[in-house]
Amino acid sequence: MDSKSILIAGVGGQGTLLASKLLGRLLPDLGYDVKVSEVHGMSQRGGSVVTYVRCGEKVYSPIIDKGGADIILAFEPLEAARWFEYLKPGGTIVLNTARTMPMSVLTGQEEYPEGVTEKLASLGAKVDALDALKAAEEAGSSKAVNIVLLGLLSRSFDIAEEKWLEAIESLVPPKFLEMNKKAFSIGRNA
Amino acid sequence: MKELYLGNDAVARGLWEAGCAFVSSYPGTPSTEITESVALYPEVYAEWAPNEKVAMESAFGAALSGVRSFCGMKHVGLNVAADPLFTISYTGINAGMVIAVADDPGMHSSQNEQDSRHYAKAAKLPMLEPSDSAEAKDFAKLAYELSEEFDTPVMLRMCTRVSHSRSLIELCERSEKAPRTYEKTPSKYIMMPANAKRRHPFVEERTLKLADWAEKAEINRVDEGREATRGIICNGTCYQYVKEAIGDKYPVLKLGMINPLPEKLIRSFSEKVNELIIIEELDPFIEEYVKSLGIPCKGKELFGLLGEFSSNMVAEKLGEKLPECVAYDDAIPGRPPVMCSGCPHRGIYYVLKKLGLHVLGDIGCYTLGAAQPLNALDTTICMGASVSGLHGFNKAGGSRDGKKAVGVIGDSTFMHSGITGLVNIAYNESDSTVIILDNSITGMTGHQQNPTTGFNLKGDPCTKIDLEALCRAVGIKRVRVVDPYDLKQCEEAVKEEIDIPEPSVIISRRPCALLKYVKHPGPISIDKDKCVGCKACMKIGCPSISLVDGKAEIDRSQCVGCGVCKALCKKDAIG
Repeated sequence: MDSKSILIAGVGGQGTLLASKLLGRLLPDLGYDVKVSEVHGMSQRGGSVVTYVRCGEKVYSPIIDKGGADIILAFEPLEAARWFEYLKPGGTIVLNTARTMPMSVLTGQEEYPEGVTEKLASLGAKVDALDALKAAEEAGSSKAVNIVLLGLLSRSFDIAEEKWLEAIESLVPPKFLEMNKKAFSIGRNA
Repeated sequence: MKELYLGNDAVARGLWEAGCAFVSSYPGTPSTEITESVALYPEVYAEWAPNEKVAMESAFGAALSGVRSFCGMKHVGLNVAADPLFTISYTGINAGMVIAVADDPGMHSSQNEQDSRHYAKAAKLPMLEPSDSAEAKDFAKLAYELSEEFDTPVMLRMCTRVSHSRSLIELCERSEKAPRTYEKTPSKYIMMPANAKRRHPFVEERTLKLADWAEKAEINRVDEGREATRGIICNGTCYQYVKEAIGDKYPVLKLGMINPLPEKLIRSFSEKVNELIIIEELDPFIEEYVKSLGIPCKGKELFGLLGEFSSNMVAEKLGEKLPECVAYDDAIPGRPPVMCSGCPHRGIYYVLKKLGLHVLGDIGCYTLGAAQPLNALDTTICMGASVSGLHGFNKAGGSRDGKKAVGVIGDSTFMHSGITGLVNIAYNESDSTVIILDNSITGMTGHQQNPTTGFNLKGDPCTKIDLEALCRAVGIKRVRVVDPYDLKQCEEAVKEEIDIPEPSVIISRRPCALLKYVKHPGPISIDKDKCVGCKACMKIGCPSISLVDGKAEIDRSQCVGCGVCKALCKKDAIG
């Protein structure tokens, strides 16, 4: 059984916890040992947040260390860069290219660096990038960024599409199900 | 069938399976979800108490009455509850009582990095420490068995990585416990000196019996290793890092019971290895004990006293190869948490900053007011310290730089520990102005109800404490309410109260912008023709406002339309 470590990096409020919850729903059913580590509390809103998902035959540590992630699922380019050292050399970055400005950039104290996506690739990562905000809006709601990204992420797993859809169905309210399925499909087929 | 459970949810499941019927806690990251989760089981009465001391005493009362009880808190909450803790160790219990305390190595959401294991030793109470969700559930159940067998409250020590990690657990059924009958026993429960003197020997004997139990306990176990050149003793989440880093290379003594520690087990383990290494986060709790036995070992000289450990750290200190990694070498702008768009604290902080006041702060979302660009706080110590600290500051003559000082405290924090400080202001008559930031919820820990919200933990309507009446009742004559979205009103109120030489309270009242029932007017926008790019609207640090091509711009997906920025624009460009 392949072991995999996925580091989910984003900005508090972007729905990263739903992404880890969904992987946590999906992976044990496939017979994996799974550990997920989250940070709750004050760092939620607007701050840099990270969640670790690990699966395999037997998993000990709930956190991922530098050089330990097979995949970084990044909800924002700066967050991919911030956690880049945690990626195994040559690992995959599943990236939302839509930017969310930190306060220091909003107030003009710092500049948002240009060319982050290209730099990530030049450092040896396989970058699978998409403007997930645009895709989510296309699916019907800017809140579905996380589901679009899960669609994009699903391409790195040898898991049947219906398993992903079942996990989505178990976690989102029925009235948003169709929209979320569409969001997933846009990500998966991008 | 195994299920993936958050460590805190697993504790809650363990409490439920063990037949726990009474829970009283105060929220605090990373402990909060234990109580939120156990409240979902209909067989369990669960409540938010105003603070941890009240919670612990209530849980003790429930155990005294004859049902299995629980209280949970974060590490600093245990400081608040320390008074009952040390004496219920003497009285023991009737039905089982479990106290969970969640430490926060690395300070993800805390003001210090204290190691709560010292409390177990100081209060002479047994303490168990799980290393994942399965153990969290099992240890919670075991804690009740120990509690009733040895007549003692039992502590369950959690940490952020166990509380907030999900791992697989096996679910069991609830074992319902018939309530025990309470019998009046003054010699056991009235801790006046004559009785307490007789209980103290009981406590010391109990510790010896528990130490005997610890020698044979399954939760203190040895994982055999391939090389006996080294042996490792570890606890809690460190066990996971050790196994991740070295697998079964060296033998590992995993201690599930932190207090009392098993002397014979440690001695026999140490005799089988050439070098003994203790791997524990924070203080050298196990290490000092091992050294006190005269056994040479290494611990803090390798690993230090600070922060969280990790598998890479363990690997490095043990001389193992580290995984390769590539650094992203360009500077990346930081992204600290910010107050949300529409946060009611923003307006009042702007006014305090504008008036050039010193602000003694407290614990809550509003601690974020310390960040740029508001920079509005001078201090943050612990729950309630804003109110009592302000009294001392003012009585002692204030800052002596010509600036006056006020205190700010949230509604939940005020109910927790602010009231007694306010009594002191009234009683000893300091010219202090306390601002209660009433956002009608306990915000930072994730929206818990409190005595001022009118709802209980289960979400049912209940008695709502009237803050104005409470402040008046403790002797504050000047009590007024302002709307923090109305900057003019706030400024007038603060100016007036700090100028009048008598105690006063300003209640800055508006519910948290993230509460579901709060209806917002909707996003506003900037008239680019009128905007001159003066940045006045950016002084409030709203995440919806940015400067694009020299002019302010509002992010309509984030803006809720609170209008605080509008009041700052002299060009009438926002609307």
